[in-house]
Amino acid sequence: MLFKSHGGVHPNDMKAPANEAAITTIPQPAQVVIPMSQHIGAPCSPLVAVGDEVKLGQKIGEASAPVSAPIHASVSGKVVAIAPHLNNLGNMVNSVVIENDFKDTPAETMVPAPAEALESPEQIAAIIREAGIVGMGGATFPTAFKITSGWGKVDTVIINGAECEPYINSDYRTMVEHPEELLKGIQLIMKACKVDKAYFGIELNKKFAIDLLNFKGAKQMGIEIVPLKCQYPQGAEKTLIKTVTGREVPPGGLPAAVGCNVFNTFTAYSVYRACYEGWPAIERVVTVAGSAIADPKNVKVRVGTSMEWVFEQTGGFAKEPWKIIMGGPMMGMAQYDMTVPCGKGTASLLAFADKEDRTVADPVCIRCGQCIDGCPMNLQPIYMYMYQQKGDVEMLQKLNIMDCVECGSCSYICPGRLHLTHAFKTGKALVQAHQAALKAKEEAEKAKAAEAAEKKEDK
Amino acid sequence: MNEERKLIVSSSPHIRTPRGTQQIMLDVIIALMPALVAAVIFFGIKPLIVTAVSVVSCVVFEIGYRKLLKKNASYMDLSAVVTGILLAYCLPYTFPWWAVIIGAFFSIVLVKQLFGGIGKNIWNPALAGRAFLLVSYAVLMTTWTDKADAATFATPLASLHAGNLAPDSLLNMFIGNIGGSFGEVSALALLLGGAWLVYRKVISLRIPVAYIGTVAVLTLIFSRGNNHILWMLQNLLSGGLLLGAIFMATDYCTSPVTPNGQLIFGVGCGLLTVLIRYFGSYPEGVSFAILIMNCCTWLIDQHTAPRRFGVVGKKSKKEGAK
Repeated sequence: MLFKSHGGVHPNDMKAPANEAAITTIPQPAQVVIPMSQHIGAPCSPLVAVGDEVKLGQKIGEASAPVSAPIHASVSGKVVAIAPHLNNLGNMVNSVVIENDFKDTPAETMVPAPAEALESPEQIAAIIREAGIVGMGGATFPTAFKITSGWGKVDTVIINGAECEPYINSDYRTMVEHPEELLKGIQLIMKACKVDKAYFGIELNKKFAIDLLNFKGAKQMGIEIVPLKCQYPQGAEKTLIKTVTGREVPPGGLPAAVGCNVFNTFTAYSVYRACYEGWPAIERVVTVAGSAIADPKNVKVRVGTSMEWVFEQTGGFAKEPWKIIMGGPMMGMAQYDMTVPCGKGTASLLAFADKEDRTVADPVCIRCGQCIDGCPMNLQPIYMYMYQQKGDVEMLQKLNIMDCVECGSCSYICPGRLHLTHAFKTGKALVQAHQAALKAKEEAEKAKAAEAAEKKEDK
Repeated sequence: MNEERKLIVSSSPHIRTPRGTQQIMLDVIIALMPALVAAVIFFGIKPLIVTAVSVVSCVVFEIGYRKLLKKNASYMDLSAVVTGILLAYCLPYTFPWWAVIIGAFFSIVLVKQLFGGIGKNIWNPALAGRAFLLVSYAVLMTTWTDKADAATFATPLASLHAGNLAPDSLLNMFIGNIGGSFGEVSALALLLGGAWLVYRKVISLRIPVAYIGTVAVLTLIFSRGNNHILWMLQNLLSGGLLLGAIFMATDYCTSPVTPNGQLIFGVGCGLLTVLIRYFGSYPEGVSFAILIMNCCTWLIDQHTAPRRFGVVGKKSKKEGAK
């Protein structure tokens, strides 16, 4: 108690009852809307035109930049529109709309990779890139780029099976129902990363999965299962690296800076499917849960399926929802339009009927300091909030606001119900704008000086 | 979408802990109850009346002030009840009701609300109220009578202040069968309350342990008389040390929020308490020690920021680079 390790909160994990529900398949929708940007990085340009017939798994969006991932058709059918559509981040994104012919005619490219290709890191990385695999935990960073940029720097691969966000079970169900495939996927990632050791961090509320994976011979494959204490945000990249290896990623740095690369559980499973089954990232497991949901469950959803369809096909609402969230309750995005499509990184759809966020009219800080105890990045949310309210950019920088990972722990634990995390999101934007303005000013001055020098020379 | 559905869009997180300010204050109130029971056992019904007067007047002043000045309804948080109980606990049970009300006014209006209310005040309202009453009504505040109002007797603290060991047995001092402010006498009851607060994670052990530990070490080293251990134990069990260390120094609003800052704060409180007890003209130093340290809270916080994540010593840096 006196010297307890820093950071973290303990929300009720709310995994039951969906953690016992086997993954099921829902009927396909008549139409899918596939955004051309489902990842961090450059958006894709469509490879198809309105009226084109497309096959299941056919590449329909080409990624030209290195930090990007191609997009594939998640059903077979006909392209009926290419137009901007609302995505889960609240942006209008160019999207390909496909009318489903319900035939699932596979594309020629959907074949398992030849065995010899799976021996070379370069070829595995190429398959992963072509399959459009991104960080499936929700961050959606292109996986192939993560692997190739880590070559020479990374000595440790960590698989993130913490699933520390309440309600979500999609990773857990994948571990339980596809343990062998998952382990094979991890082996492929290890090979691609050119390392022979991987740690698989799993929170202790998934004891069954830990035992099962050990039983399936994880150790013999060079994969060490690391049981983790249930504590949010255990699965935050920097926190997980610290817990598993004791290394701390420097501020502003990437995991590769301390020799680590972290991959989500479902990413590893997707790598397996891409290499051994030829399936690109067009389908994923989604947990549908929350107090408004009649029957919480885990379902396979094709990318591009609207939230509305998923809710309807999983039994609908028992109570009138007041908030719909794509992603987890701690970091997910609240949605206002039910036509928003599920993407590669959609691990869960939550519908809340009770006032789970306990917002009050007049939030008051009582200086309890629990936000400091709860911050995984050792920040001081109480003071950051104070200076954010004043708009004091200098002090915000001094308090290292840019280190904030927006995990939501401070807001969660705050008894005064302050909107801390929200304040830091806007505070970070303030700091970024300030830095950009400074840089612009500097450059303008430089240009001016250069101009003046030129004039002098002319004389 | 078939029907109009009203959905709320807000920034994450979308869930919050059930425990709000009101629940925390309720836990503090629960933790304070054993001491009230002990007071009734040792002093009769009167401590109840003093506590009731104090709580009611604190609540009335709090609501009155916020309504009059059209401030938000933060009085629902029960913090005024806590202040009322704590203020009463550091009074003799014979203290007149009208003076209790004056003390409550000082605590709530002058010390708490004028600074902006909960979370904004610099000094612990109850302690500041007690200090105010002590200088205003010195005689009333230091007249200690036994249960039957019959005899005036010396508190253990008075003996210690004179440099002598108190005649009371350690057991009596532990359970609270001694003279003194009625909420402070029973160490047992206060420790029970403290255990509840720690169990419910309302407070961490940092401030109480640093505070009591500092007093223990200093009184052991600089003990008066031959029995060093007894001198130390009597110092720990007498006066308002436990009430102060468990309930007052840990006041969220007036103590540091950083973990290291809390340790420094506790040590500072302990040091000042011993200095005042040894060299001051008052026998008790707890309230002034905490009030003085309250002034340093901001300063301590500024210099005890937690180590930035990812910035580690040279040795671990090398390890990371491997």
